[in-house]
Amino acid sequence: MNLRYLVLLLILLPIKVFAVIEVDITRGNLNPLPVAVSPLSIDEKSKNSFKKILKKENIGEEISVIVENNLKQSGLFNPLNKDAFLQKPDIANLKPRFEDWNLIKAQILITGKVTFVDENLRVEFRLWDVLAGKEMMALAFTTVPSNWRRVGHIITDKVYETLTGEKGYFDTRIIYVSEEGPKTNRIKKLAIMDQDGFNNKYLTLGNELVLTPRFSPTNQMVTYLSYFRNLPRVYLLDIETGKQEVVGDFPGMTFAPRFSPDGKKIIMSFAKDGKSDIYTMDLENRIVERITNHPSIDTSPSYSPNGKYITFNSDRSGHQQIYVMNSNGKNAKRISFGNGIYGTPVWSPRGDLIAFTKLHKGKFYIGVMRADGSGERLLTENFYQEAPSWSPNGRVLIFYRETKTNSKGEGFSAKLWSIDLTGYNERMVETTTDASDPSWSSLLSN
Amino acid sequence: MNRNIIISFGLHTLLVIITAMSLPFLAKKPIDLPPIVSVELIQITDKTNIPFAPKAKKIIEKVKEKEKKLVSEQAPPKKIKKIKPDAVPLPDDKIDKIKKIKDKKQNPEKVETDVKQISEFEKKELFDSSDIAALIDKSKVESSQTTKKLDKITQNQDKEANFLGLTLSEEDALKAQIFGCWSIPLGLPYNENLLVRIKLQLKPDGSIIRTEILDHARMNKPGQKFYKVLAESALRAIKLCQPLRVPSKGYERWKELQLNFDAREMLEG
Repeated sequence: MNLRYLVLLLILLPIKVFAVIEVDITRGNLNPLPVAVSPLSIDEKSKNSFKKILKKENIGEEISVIVENNLKQSGLFNPLNKDAFLQKPDIANLKPRFEDWNLIKAQILITGKVTFVDENLRVEFRLWDVLAGKEMMALAFTTVPSNWRRVGHIITDKVYETLTGEKGYFDTRIIYVSEEGPKTNRIKKLAIMDQDGFNNKYLTLGNELVLTPRFSPTNQMVTYLSYFRNLPRVYLLDIETGKQEVVGDFPGMTFAPRFSPDGKKIIMSFAKDGKSDIYTMDLENRIVERITNHPSIDTSPSYSPNGKYITFNSDRSGHQQIYVMNSNGKNAKRISFGNGIYGTPVWSPRGDLIAFTKLHKGKFYIGVMRADGSGERLLTENFYQEAPSWSPNGRVLIFYRETKTNSKGEGFSAKLWSIDLTGYNERMVETTTDASDPSWSSLLSN
Repeated sequence: MNRNIIISFGLHTLLVIITAMSLPFLAKKPIDLPPIVSVELIQITDKTNIPFAPKAKKIIEKVKEKEKKLVSEQAPPKKIKKIKPDAVPLPDDKIDKIKKIKDKKQNPEKVETDVKQISEFEKKELFDSSDIAALIDKSKVESSQTTKKLDKITQNQDKEANFLGLTLSEEDALKAQIFGCWSIPLGLPYNENLLVRIKLQLKPDGSIIRTEILDHARMNKPGQKFYKVLAESALRAIKLCQPLRVPSKGYERWKELQLNFDAREMLEG
């Protein structure tokens, strides 16, 4: 008997004595990560060549500034002041002296080199983990010199992906409605720009009123609404070729168009006899399919990223609310139950959230909720704001905000704003004119 | 008649017996035994060592000078022999005690309360019954006993600490430190296993000798790219935080430590 106890004791004793202490770390901080973006080094010969072509004094520095600004805008990174850098860019790119970068509290270091090779721009960059003292990533790109801004965006996307675990959203464009003139007589043009506000271009002349442009999630096609003979129609525009066409020939009004996740269909509203229903059109064979058939006003449809569901807003309950249904129109369920009116639902590219505009007690909110309607979070509140559009990684929303006019009808402005899902990183997106109805493109380079 | 006399006699006899038996109980109060207080007799030095507030500075300065002379003679300087509370503190010990008082800038009477506020592992280090014994006045005999009891508790805990994990306060201190260092990558998928287990080998001062990711194989698995991002962020947190806030005692029990980084709670928020 005693022997048994002894054996048991011998078995149990080592377990207790040699068990490693475990500590669960379930919380962290959401402070921006300190990043040192060293200017990309460039030799004199390349510098002079790019100076001639691009009229830029030091293209290496310019690209690093793009990366720095992008990282800062994201709210997740804190680019450190370059004045504090101790190591020169060319040496840092070869072998960083981690002690120096540690000294200025950098956790991450970005270095690189720019060269002029066969009339092309060659950029190599390296991402370093300062604390671990190791290289995390090294890539090189070759492109035409005029693409130098895109190179900066692509580098940022790679850095972002390596450090956050999700794809970036920097090498993207935003299409929007440019607005000029007095409020009562606005000239509205379709415009496109890089996500950081550069390379702005107008796609229409402003002769006709344009509304709700939406990017295709798969390519550089845009669908939008334009008035023709005082009747709104849905159009399709190929940005690369400039080719434009009317989608279908409906006897009534078509509006709120949006692409399906595979880019093969357009889903939109069609209004007739005082009611409005949701339709899809196959872009290959132009077959139109009716999705909802209800005496209420169903509009603003948006597909889930897997294409199985559609979210839309409807007043079938008496007030405008958000609904989710199967992509064939069956099993419609109301998901918004808060106080106020809900509209413009947009499904996140990640599939987890639906962004919306809410009107409650005279104020407009941009918010998100889960696809089942739970977890409603209002991210921002203002006098007037609407039309959220997701960044391709589902992390940031872009929308537009209008300011109040005074008693004389002056002071009106409409600007684009972005906000991330935390609700803290709210920024105005610079545009040359007033702007509304933004839509974010997918990544230009995957 | 006789019958009545017999009954009366019987009843009276009974009355006398009852009275005789019950009266002493009624008259006497229940015995109230006071709790036994064990008092240890302590030989008190002729001169008290308590640095009364106005005089404290002068005394400390004097001791400091004395100590300077003595330090070179002490080898090794740290380990002080534990002396029973009833022992008369030797001159060297006196100096040590006063030094501690000077460091803490406090009245000796406060010693006990302050010790209560600190964590268990620190308690033993700071709390020495011989110190207290030397510091008390005649009127403080009882407090000496209390401190002795406390000392006994900490000794037991220290013995156990070699086998058990970290105490709550030790664990909380370490957690709080790492929480501040860990920048959670926000792009991680919510519905995946976001647990990274890292085994550490530590030096006595809390700096890292070695780190090992326990599920290292996941780093290169297809579809588990996020795991690499998460693991790297956890490693950065450990490196940023070092030296880790580990207990000053019991190195043997925490020289190997496993940190389980789990981002789910933060991301699901």
